[in-house]
Amino acid sequence: MSILDQPPSSSQLSSSSMAGGGMTRRQAWGLFWLLAAALVAWLVFAVWPDWLNAILISKKAFVSAILNGITLAGLYFLVASGFTLIFGLMRNVNLAHGSLYLLGAYIGYEVANRTGYWLLGVASGFIVLAAVGVVMQIFVFRRLEGDDLRQTLVSIGISIVAADLMLAVWAGGTYQIAVPEWLDGALTLPVITAVRSNGASVFLTYPLYRLVVLAAAIVIGVGLWLMLNKTRVGMMIRAGVDDRAMLSASGVNVHAVFAIVFAVGAGLAGFAGVVGGSALSVAPGEDVRYLLASLVVVIVGGMGSISGAAIGALLIGLAEQIGLVYFPTYGIVLTFVIMVVALAVRPRGIMGKAR
Amino acid sequence: MSLTLAAQDAAPQQTWLEKLGPGHIILAVALVLYPLVASDFFLTQIGGYSLIFGMLALSLMMLAGYGGMVSLAQITVAGIAAYAIAILGNNNSNVLGFGWPWWLAAPFAVLAAAVASALIGWISVRTEGIYTIMITLAIATATYYFAQQNYAIFNGHSGYAGIHAPSFWGVNWRDPKAFYYLCLGFAVLSYAAILYGARSTFGLTLQAIRDNPRRMRALGYDVTAHKVFAWFLAGIIAGLAGVLLVWFNGRVSPGTIGVDVAIDVLIIAVIGGLQHPIGPFLGALVVVLMQTFAIDIVGAERFNTLIGLVFLVIVFVSPDGILGLWGRIKPYLAQESLRSGP
Amino acid sequence: MRIHRRTLLALALATGLTAPSLALAADDGIKIGLLATFEGPFTVLGEDGERGAMTAVEEVGGKVAGKTIEIVKGSSDASPDSAVRAARKLVEQDGVKVLVGPLSGDEGLAVKDYAKTQPTVTFINGTSAAQDTTLRNPAENFFRFSTDGAQWMAGLGTYAFNDKGYKKVATVAEDYSFPYTQVFGFMAEFCKAGGKVPSKSWVPIGNKDYSSVIAAIPDDVDAIYVALGGADAVNFLTQYQQSGGTAPLIGGSITVDQTVLTSKGKLRDVLIGTPAAGPTADTNDSPSWMKFLEQYKKQPGAFPSPSLFAHGYYVNMKAALLALEQAGGDVSDGGAKLRDALSKLSFDTPTGKVSLDKNRNAIADIFLTEVTEGADGNLLNKLVKVVSQVNQTLGIPEDEFMKLGAVNRDNPSCP
Repeated sequence: MSILDQPPSSSQLSSSSMAGGGMTRRQAWGLFWLLAAALVAWLVFAVWPDWLNAILISKKAFVSAILNGITLAGLYFLVASGFTLIFGLMRNVNLAHGSLYLLGAYIGYEVANRTGYWLLGVASGFIVLAAVGVVMQIFVFRRLEGDDLRQTLVSIGISIVAADLMLAVWAGGTYQIAVPEWLDGALTLPVITAVRSNGASVFLTYPLYRLVVLAAAIVIGVGLWLMLNKTRVGMMIRAGVDDRAMLSASGVNVHAVFAIVFAVGAGLAGFAGVVGGSALSVAPGEDVRYLLASLVVVIVGGMGSISGAAIGALLIGLAEQIGLVYFPTYGIVLTFVIMVVALAVRPRGIMGKAR
Repeated sequence: MSLTLAAQDAAPQQTWLEKLGPGHIILAVALVLYPLVASDFFLTQIGGYSLIFGMLALSLMMLAGYGGMVSLAQITVAGIAAYAIAILGNNNSNVLGFGWPWWLAAPFAVLAAAVASALIGWISVRTEGIYTIMITLAIATATYYFAQQNYAIFNGHSGYAGIHAPSFWGVNWRDPKAFYYLCLGFAVLSYAAILYGARSTFGLTLQAIRDNPRRMRALGYDVTAHKVFAWFLAGIIAGLAGVLLVWFNGRVSPGTIGVDVAIDVLIIAVIGGLQHPIGPFLGALVVVLMQTFAIDIVGAERFNTLIGLVFLVIVFVSPDGILGLWGRIKPYLAQESLRSGP
Repeated sequence: MRIHRRTLLALALATGLTAPSLALAADDGIKIGLLATFEGPFTVLGEDGERGAMTAVEEVGGKVAGKTIEIVKGSSDASPDSAVRAARKLVEQDGVKVLVGPLSGDEGLAVKDYAKTQPTVTFINGTSAAQDTTLRNPAENFFRFSTDGAQWMAGLGTYAFNDKGYKKVATVAEDYSFPYTQVFGFMAEFCKAGGKVPSKSWVPIGNKDYSSVIAAIPDDVDAIYVALGGADAVNFLTQYQQSGGTAPLIGGSITVDQTVLTSKGKLRDVLIGTPAAGPTADTNDSPSWMKFLEQYKKQPGAFPSPSLFAHGYYVNMKAALLALEQAGGDVSDGGAKLRDALSKLSFDTPTGKVSLDKNRNAIADIFLTEVTEGADGNLLNKLVKVVSQVNQTLGIPEDEFMKLGAVNRDNPSCP
């Protein structure tokens, strides 16, 4: 495969056009986030005056919604980061990504249930799905290389068959992956939600497990960032994202890089499946749900960008939970409104680069 | 490629019958005579339904085949027309229902669908290629959820029921035979419009934009306007299908415009083939037959595996669907007949 | 070449489409359509409904009035459109004259509308429990021997207020017609008894993360009424347990169904002691229920105890078979004899006597239950009380009941 095989597309040629205005916009965003963070800090730690309680239902509801939004964002990030990595490098939208999530969850359930070790379930979710990802890359996507549309269509076909086969094996029941004792239960946070008439403070309690999910997402996000920016493989991946033809022309085994990315992406989906299946539950239909969530997250955040996935996940997670509390009727619609607005302002997403 | 095709077709003088070709004529005769042999069920649930979904897939085929924009929002567009009929006309759900006569409500519904389609197109043409499929999927999902949650306009999860097809010229157009011919008429109209449109100036420009947008832009064409107008036209076809669909079902609810239906439309278009406007109708027929009778053959349980596998095989083996498959088999058949000839 | 190809195509189309209707019922058999959710989110429930229906068929040895019963299955995905489509296929293609189903509320409303266009076919409900399927604008040929979602709540509101002493209750339910009906049934009694419902959370369908909804429930309520089913109930209960929730729960009919009670996880801790009401109770020890239980358990994949879907499909199928027997298995008169037999039918089900009102809706016993742990560790709905012969207007005179209006998000209200 040489560089001559690929005619320069419009996107590759115009890559420099957006760079000039990007910095100031980023600074503006930084300022915005700083102010928002200050406001949130006050909202979290201050004892609320009555008028605020009246507007926002209760402090408990508000703070919980924020925390839930952030922890849900952690889960979304885990799923979407794999999705965005695969897209960034291979330009194919893997619409079977949700199926990978669900399969990971089922496998995690089986392993955790039979061995009794939850961590073993999490690990197997990652490893088995990484293997599945490699198989998919080698036997399916590699054969259709260069034909984005057919790759996408094939992934739709795979997701339909996979969903039906999983229904055959695990039936339509709801599975819960039991969280180990040391992660279970609620944690009392140093956040006062209300003061009783006798002067005693009521503290906020929050599920420990969800905080662990958030921590895991942060650790994995940092790990991914380090891998992409500090390792040789990461260097190759970034080079591949920017110019795939150039990378292969310089003697790198592109197929190996593709396989690694697919393994990591699919493995992360499987990992997220087990983690998410423990926080919520595992049932048919979750595949579509998480596929849509990752779609919206990466459209908002910018395709192919890890930091974009993090920002997108945060926005969507918060919008979903805040929406659920304050305007439940249109909570789900809110996330799509954010998507359309993001597209209108930045067609390639918040962190998306023009290619 | 399309440009040369058009040049070939500008053949010397032909009568209109010759232009039509024997294939079309036989097909037309067969379709017109079909009600003589088919039961009511086969007329509406298979015939009418296939034609409606064929039209939906046709609108997708037009965008994808000529414009290079694969949309998953065609059923959403059709749904807007269907909801418009329920809202502007009569329904028995005690919500809205302005009681407009059909000849006012139906054109308005189609127009609303076309405008919505243009709007979706306008949002998605800001990006390109594979992004379109994602954005339209997201728009389709958003509309589905919105319709499900909104009671003031969409009447929530239950949607609208009790919508009747019109009766005029002494015909109740929901009667099986009448309804079949109604669907057939609009399907043929859309089909002919696409065949003609593909060779019109606009059609050729659209195909040129698909093949090389930069060059077309450099030549002074407004790429975005052409694409959005293509969406508008596709919206008219999808809107017509939506009106027929709501007359056929007598009801519309969020389930009508769900994500699974959106994917079905894509499957129909791909199975049929995106190269020729007959493809979507073929695909619709195959999928509707499979969906209806799979429960008798493989049981309801593993139906989706079957349809998914058929889809996978077609995408893998023949990117141009059944039409492409036929194109591949044909040379072998031709050789066979030559060998066995006298 | 081109001509050749198109001609063949056209021929293929012409011949493929003209297959005549194959639906010729065997002379000595009788076809009954069974419409349930065999795909989509309610697959498990649909399969249990089928077990119930098949239990009734096997009880009569697969024969009615000397004719062999042939069950033709139709599958929906719980959306009204797919239910109508499946019903159309059963009626118009397979030629069934008796159809049992569908399973869920909005499906029932849609099939009722379709029934009006097929006056010679007799429709008997599965488990769909929306009020207006029979209350407002009913169809002459749609019969419901199972009770509706509001009837299922009979006795619960009074019990929660008087016996449990809950004065203020928050509700959490999904945002569509069936939960509206259940909340209506609960609040009709609870508010009348003097209770207050300061907060109602309608959760969009498809939502899985209830943690924020739980946090928004006021702290000062005595209990939380939960009308969620299947995976949603499991999710809610787990998250409620994880967030350290302490307020006791009151269950809707499908919240504490076997499909939820058999799921694995810690949710059992929050479930034990939850009062609920519905058409069945697991610890019912009446001989007729024990017999039904025994028959049901012969079905492949049966739950430890039949879910209310198995029960509903059983009762409706049983009614169909009894009426068919009375009509001599004869539906050649457009089903007039059969429908006549159905409207007069009154019979003993595993859960007591059932008869129909003038709208062809069931009047039947409702069971007040409480979740307990059985001897083998399984969770069961222990029978607390039988509320006998509940009618569709919950004992309220009809005109007064109709004045309450159709159920929706805001009706009823007693903050």
